[in-house]
Amino acid sequence: MHVPDGFLDAPTSVATGVIAVGGVALALRGARRELDDRTAPMARLVATFVFAGQMMNFPVAGGTSGHLLGGALAAVLAGPWTAVLCVSTVLLVQGLFMADGGITALGTNITLMGLVGVGVGWGVFVLVRAVLPNRLGSIAPAAAIGALVSVPVAALAFTLLFALGGTAPVSVEKVAAAMVTWHVLIGIGEALITGLVVGSVIAVRPDLVYGARPALKARTLEVRKSATTTPTGKTA
Amino acid sequence: MSTRRFFACFLLVALLIAGVASYYASTHPDGLTSVAEKTGFIDKQKQSPTSDSPLAGYSTKGIENDRVSGGVAGVAGCLLVLALAGGLFWAVRSRGERTDDEEVPEHADAEA
Repeated sequence: MHVPDGFLDAPTSVATGVIAVGGVALALRGARRELDDRTAPMARLVATFVFAGQMMNFPVAGGTSGHLLGGALAAVLAGPWTAVLCVSTVLLVQGLFMADGGITALGTNITLMGLVGVGVGWGVFVLVRAVLPNRLGSIAPAAAIGALVSVPVAALAFTLLFALGGTAPVSVEKVAAAMVTWHVLIGIGEALITGLVVGSVIAVRPDLVYGARPALKARTLEVRKSATTTPTGKTA
Repeated sequence: MSTRRFFACFLLVALLIAGVASYYASTHPDGLTSVAEKTGFIDKQKQSPTSDSPLAGYSTKGIENDRVSGGVAGVAGCLLVLALAGGLFWAVRSRGERTDDEEVPEHADAEA
């Protein structure tokens, strides 16, 4: 979904640039609470993984491909504020070094994939997590559903920007319908990858998954009740 | 799994995806590009000012072999993100002991 230069006019690009700067500034403050000596190394690997995952275009249908956006994935693994910084770092490297996504469109891309993608992905994840039983097995499915929803919503957000400042006289309804249709399909891929990766990390190191903390805490309390913990509170 | 081993595996998987598997990625236009082609605004696309970068388009300038050229660009991109994100998160992190009481249990071998 990397928007190149030229799709949106200058005022819209400036506006999304301002939104992106504001969002990243908030994320820098918020991430302070999510990052410490133990979680910072995980977060940088999450960013690196998102970069790699975005290279892996998968075919959807009709000569169209999609790739991971990674907003929901990064949010569940590293925390939502940190995820905004992860995705923004990836987009910066892609724009500056890979010519993937424009430069005047960098603010647009950070807004769409960093802010909307992460915000919707995390928000839906939290809602689904609240509905499902509070245990580790619920985390990967909740992350997948967050991922599934985040992609078409980001596509709709692009359509909104296109309606406000698109540079071509193309029917907004047509763009909206096409964007949502394709990105629902891409969202399924996003959901599968996100569920698989989150599930894999939970299988080996659930303590490194930010979104699994409530479930892990509940499990620890149960274990404590059955008095099998060591005096230091460490569990196997 | 120890933290160090987990991180090493996680990084290795990312490097293998970017450096090796990406060669097999679909080359079809992605969702937005495809929609722009189908609905007729693709010609508004402007070339990126960084299109002369040595890694532009996920291929490395000066390497003829597509597989190697893409692989090197993918790994280089990963290392750039790793360095940038590493510096950023190291600077942003809260220092010292954990202060939140959202304490999560660590594996017994976590610090190994």
